[in-house]
Amino acid sequence: MDLLGNLALGFGVAFTLQNLLYAFIGCVLGTLIGVLPGIGPVATIAMLLPSIYTLDATPALIMLAGIYYGAQYGGSTTAILINVPGESSSVVTAIDGYQMARQGRAGAALATAALGSFFAGCVGTVIIAAFAPPLTELAFRFGPAEYFSLMVLGLIGAVVLASGSLLKAIAMVIFGLLLAQINTDVISGVARYSFDVPELTDGIGFVVIAMGVFGFGEIISNLGQPAQHREVFTSRVKGLWPTRQDFHEAWPSVVRGTALGSILGVLPGGGALLASFASYTAEKKLTRAPRIPFGKGAIQGVAGPESANNAGAQTSFIPMLTLGIPPNAVMALMVGAMTIKGIQPGPQVMSSNPQLFWGLIASMWVGNLMLVILNLPLIGIWIKLLTVPYRFLFPAITLFCCIGVYTLNNSRFDVYMTALFALVGYVFYKLRCEGAPLLLGFILGPMMEENLRRALLLSRGDWSTFATRPLSAGLLVAAALMIVVVTLPTIRQKREVAFSED
Amino acid sequence: MKIKSQRDFWSGLMFLVAGVVFAVGATNYSMGSSARPGPGYFPLLLSFVMAVIGAIVLFKALVFESEGGDRIGAIAWRPLLVIVASIAVFALIIDRLGMVVTVPVLIAMSSLAGDEFRWRGVIASAAVLTAGSWLVFVWGLKLTIPVWPAFLR
Repeated sequence: MDLLGNLALGFGVAFTLQNLLYAFIGCVLGTLIGVLPGIGPVATIAMLLPSIYTLDATPALIMLAGIYYGAQYGGSTTAILINVPGESSSVVTAIDGYQMARQGRAGAALATAALGSFFAGCVGTVIIAAFAPPLTELAFRFGPAEYFSLMVLGLIGAVVLASGSLLKAIAMVIFGLLLAQINTDVISGVARYSFDVPELTDGIGFVVIAMGVFGFGEIISNLGQPAQHREVFTSRVKGLWPTRQDFHEAWPSVVRGTALGSILGVLPGGGALLASFASYTAEKKLTRAPRIPFGKGAIQGVAGPESANNAGAQTSFIPMLTLGIPPNAVMALMVGAMTIKGIQPGPQVMSSNPQLFWGLIASMWVGNLMLVILNLPLIGIWIKLLTVPYRFLFPAITLFCCIGVYTLNNSRFDVYMTALFALVGYVFYKLRCEGAPLLLGFILGPMMEENLRRALLLSRGDWSTFATRPLSAGLLVAAALMIVVVTLPTIRQKREVAFSED
Repeated sequence: MKIKSQRDFWSGLMFLVAGVVFAVGATNYSMGSSARPGPGYFPLLLSFVMAVIGAIVLFKALVFESEGGDRIGAIAWRPLLVIVASIAVFALIIDRLGMVVTVPVLIAMSSLAGDEFRWRGVIASAAVLTAGSWLVFVWGLKLTIPVWPAFLR
């Protein structure tokens, strides 16, 4: 099997009418929620999970993937035009993009963001196609001990790289793992933590948690804040095409952003958010004598982070597709979606479902192309949407979330649980405890327990199996190193600065 | 004893209490041995670690100074209660009263969570969303949701 043959298979799948349609729907929805503040890709994907029951696995995942990277495009539009980042990954785009818009260069900023993202998307797709097979090979040599250690590394990495307080984030991961223990034990058949509630013996749905914490928690906290004054630079969006000078200044940033984003996307806890922050910092350091200083409308400050967040969004599919380990909350939901469709995520997906695997990858390139078309000429439509007041949006989001949860199992109990988790989500928000680690822990919980218990069975109860098997030991050492590195005083300071910038 | 970081104090307490609760729960299930871990093995391990982390967070919140006491700030009671209640009401009535009643009720009720409430806007968006969600979810996606109230079906 070679790269071209695989991609050809993938494009064959991606270019069927049905899959093109669902890629398109995903991109439109993604752009939409990216543009609309107050709803992110996690809540949207959770909301749409019931709809994938009627679909085949391939179009379903193509659509969900489209939502994720589409949101990166849409988020930048609002960041540039109204200084309100639609997605957290566009926070840094707002710094220089909004200044460009104020100077009447909104068109150039939007075009740079879109073209940079497209370039990054193309590179990201090729990287996935090139690196997925060797990683899969490696994953096949993993036993239960290695898988357990890999999940420890994944979870530790997720909190080390992408959260505020490390200690609280680790506690949130464990909280998620514990919530996943509310189920029927697969080995002994004992119902755990069910309090004789029959619905709880099947466990809490991950949709319920995602929707409660990410959807409703966010709505409640948005409503709790005073209404923001928004200034939309709609009338000034003209001259969409960047000038020659813009191109000349932007392309090195695009290349750098893509490279950085591709690397950071693969890391646990990586993905779009981390990539855009890192790229902005890098651009500030690396751009020599910018014509316009950073923070005042430098095109590099838009080109770099926008390329990086898209590249990161793409390559974060690698650990999910090859190892079944989600590096961020969106990928955690993708794992959940695959499980709903009866596909066990992991290295075997590539060989057992090659159509799905390569089709999904190829569709990402197709989707990126669609997004450029959607975003550049149709920008006017998206801008119109920005004028919809929040008082119409949040009841609609509430409704869609309720219908989404209800239809998943036609269970009213799930809706009640969502109400509970809405409350919990708001408590987390108030206490600055992050929801993403909780969701990751929750998704990985059952897998982690199964692998731990199998590993211990195989080693006859000897915990040292995790340290004596070389691959497993390496992964655990890497996890420990990550913790040590971020607790070093100098790095801790830098990390705190990086997170306080938003 | 003075709380030096409100947020961390309550987070720590939350983790500690949740850890203890899960640990107590885990004792109901067989522990097994390391060689043959039972259903209570992993939860007990996890809840122990969480309780310890909770205690550390709590301790730090009481000992180390933080900027401005890291206050929790005002709680948005109105949106919180209204949204949570709206979801619960949706669950309560959807089976019996169907979408045609539940959707407008949910829209009107949840709209109360915002600062502005205008009947005209609420009625218009309730009408649009009822028709829209029927079109998308029932007609388009063929999901099974009761449309009409039970006594009309």
